[in-house]
Amino acid sequence: MNRSTPRRIALGSAAVAVVLTGVAACGSSASSSGSSGSSGSSAQGTYTIWDPYPQFAAGSAWEKLLDSCGTSAGVKIKRTAFDTTDLTNKELLAAQQGNSPDVLIVDNPVVSTLADAGVLTSTEENKVDTSQVEPNLLAAGQSGGKTYGTPIGANTLALYYNKSVLKAAGVDPASVKDWASLTAALAKVKAAGKKGITFSAIGTEEGSFQFLPWYWGSGAQLTDLTSDQAVSAVTLWKDWLKDGYAPNSVLNNTQTTSWQEFATGQYAFSENGTWQLANAKKAGFDYGIMAVPAQNGGTAPAPTGGEFVTVPVQKDTGRYSASDKIVSCLTSSANLLATDTTLSYIAPTKAGQDTQSSTDPDLKVWVQAVQAAKGRTSDNLGTKYPKISEQLWGAVQAALTGSKSPKDALTAAQAAAK
Amino acid sequence: MNERSQLAEASSGPTRRGAAATAPSPGTPRTAGPPRKSRSQQWAAWGFLAPVVLYLAAFYAYPLYRNVDLSLRNYTVRSFVQGDAPFTGLQNYSTVVHDPTFWPALLHTVIFTAVSLLFQYSIGLALAVFFTRHFPLSGTLRALFLVPWLLPLIVSASTWSWMLNSDSGVVNAALHAVGIGQVDWLTSPTWTLVSVTVANIWIGVPFNLVVLYSGLQSIPDTLYEAAALDGANAWQRFRHITFPLLRPVSAITLLLGLVYTLKVFDIIWIMTKGGPSDSSTTFATWSYKLGFGNLLPQFGPGAAVGNLLVLIALAFGLVYIRAQKKQAGS
Repeated sequence: MNRSTPRRIALGSAAVAVVLTGVAACGSSASSSGSSGSSGSSAQGTYTIWDPYPQFAAGSAWEKLLDSCGTSAGVKIKRTAFDTTDLTNKELLAAQQGNSPDVLIVDNPVVSTLADAGVLTSTEENKVDTSQVEPNLLAAGQSGGKTYGTPIGANTLALYYNKSVLKAAGVDPASVKDWASLTAALAKVKAAGKKGITFSAIGTEEGSFQFLPWYWGSGAQLTDLTSDQAVSAVTLWKDWLKDGYAPNSVLNNTQTTSWQEFATGQYAFSENGTWQLANAKKAGFDYGIMAVPAQNGGTAPAPTGGEFVTVPVQKDTGRYSASDKIVSCLTSSANLLATDTTLSYIAPTKAGQDTQSSTDPDLKVWVQAVQAAKGRTSDNLGTKYPKISEQLWGAVQAALTGSKSPKDALTAAQAAAK
Repeated sequence: MNERSQLAEASSGPTRRGAAATAPSPGTPRTAGPPRKSRSQQWAAWGFLAPVVLYLAAFYAYPLYRNVDLSLRNYTVRSFVQGDAPFTGLQNYSTVVHDPTFWPALLHTVIFTAVSLLFQYSIGLALAVFFTRHFPLSGTLRALFLVPWLLPLIVSASTWSWMLNSDSGVVNAALHAVGIGQVDWLTSPTWTLVSVTVANIWIGVPFNLVVLYSGLQSIPDTLYEAAALDGANAWQRFRHITFPLLRPVSAITLLLGLVYTLKVFDIIWIMTKGGPSDSSTTFATWSYKLGFGNLLPQFGPGAAVGNLLVLIALAFGLVYIRAQKKQAGS
């Protein structure tokens, strides 16, 4: 049963990918192209690319970019899009069968897991140049002193706020500088008959992702879940729920449903990501964006989201040179900007970020947030992160539902994370 | 019903064998001796058997073997890719049993399954008996009752989770109208298991209705007429005719229901993700969570939990077969 589930999911998503891309082939043909490459000369043949962007159909700018990068590297590109949650297991299975794609674009916290599995080549082997990338973004792809890919862009979390709700409650957004002033603002909003803040505290990785800005903003470290700072971060959320500043539904909210709550216009704040920017413009009310405040003021480090472009291990090491050309082309300044604009991401390079904040003032806050952001697997946590994260979201849920006190929940989590 | 299917099997046996014997005969000369004929017959029999055997081996035996193998080895992502995971015996099972999630998950699985079955069966039976009286529009009404069964699970589960939303759900709005305060159906640990069970009952009723309704059709009307002549009232007719005669159908309905309910995953995952704090985690969602719900998959323990589920279903299957044999013997 356990085996059939991923297959069915994999088959299903492969079918979806086929429909979306209009390419009439799936996983099996990736293997044939892999072997055909090893028999021919290395810079020719078909190169496979897997990405988690099923929203980009055949004929989209993204697919055209992939094709043109292939052409300039002298190869043909065969692209398959997967659902992002499916991609890790799909790649692990492919690596087990020895038919990994030539280029894999994958969510950043997964990079260290795949690297640990020996699936990815380091930049020493694949010669991908990462010198332009901001170090705080690159760190998510580093483990054991090696770099396993380069970010295609970054997104992170910040607070969207509804200007009219705040105005009606008599709150000046500029006054929100730390946790105390934010909580005070929420109290005013509640007193004015509106709802305070919405976020996602669901029992998945998404829950940890949303909690981390507060966790890190308290000064806590992921290596010690029981610190006083960690307890204060959990207590902050717990008190918001207890006092009715945040709805109980946060426990079951994904970031999408949390956004839908904010889009009703009833909420003052929503913790959400760069990718909601287009939706915010459609929301029909005046919105603002501020960075998540740290406990004692300043910008809290939010976790980085976004994908890495990686080069999986191939039997024929001669294929890496063309893969390197494709990756360099995809991550060249002009192409990065174009891709990040379509994805609503922030560029991973200083130059790209400068261009973005000068062309779109809306992005300024996001550029700042991304500059302060931190990879979840950074600090050399690597594959320890998933275990810690699972315990962390569990502890947050236990505290928010009241089944354990924040201190007890975190102590239990720390014991289980070892 | 079972007797009939056995009869059908028994009667199809000889004809099938006959087909196997006649198939090669045009090619073979009539002079062939009896031993050769029986060998070719044997080959032909194997030839006819081969597709089924291959199918069973490829799609049932091998995945099951792989799952057992997966649960007996210490898989990390690295050893999963390299294929050199060390054999660790029952280590994964021990990990799973000693996990703090184990007993709550087992308890939730038992409660979820037992309560679902009880309500699905009794509501299904009540509706089936109700629909045996033909009244105007009964066909239409019966068809409407099938809707939950026809809807994709993602649709029904999402609809339930909207309806049960704490702040904006229609259920709480209705409760509010009659003066009951907000109930956190999907976010309070005391209510989540209730919510997913209610949704699952709603989804399972049509199946019970259909199977039990068809079972009722096979009870001869003459029995009811005779009972009516003897002065039996409606309850006595149900208690002494319908229920006993429906027993074989009830047994298979409950067994199928049990297997379906044990492995229910979609509804719970969509509605609560097994949370908050594992309060609606069953073995099925736990197994998924271990294997795929995390950035770092734990294939071994995930497979172990999956196998425990298979064992539970198997145990009840054996109980069913035993009960059936006893019934046939008596």
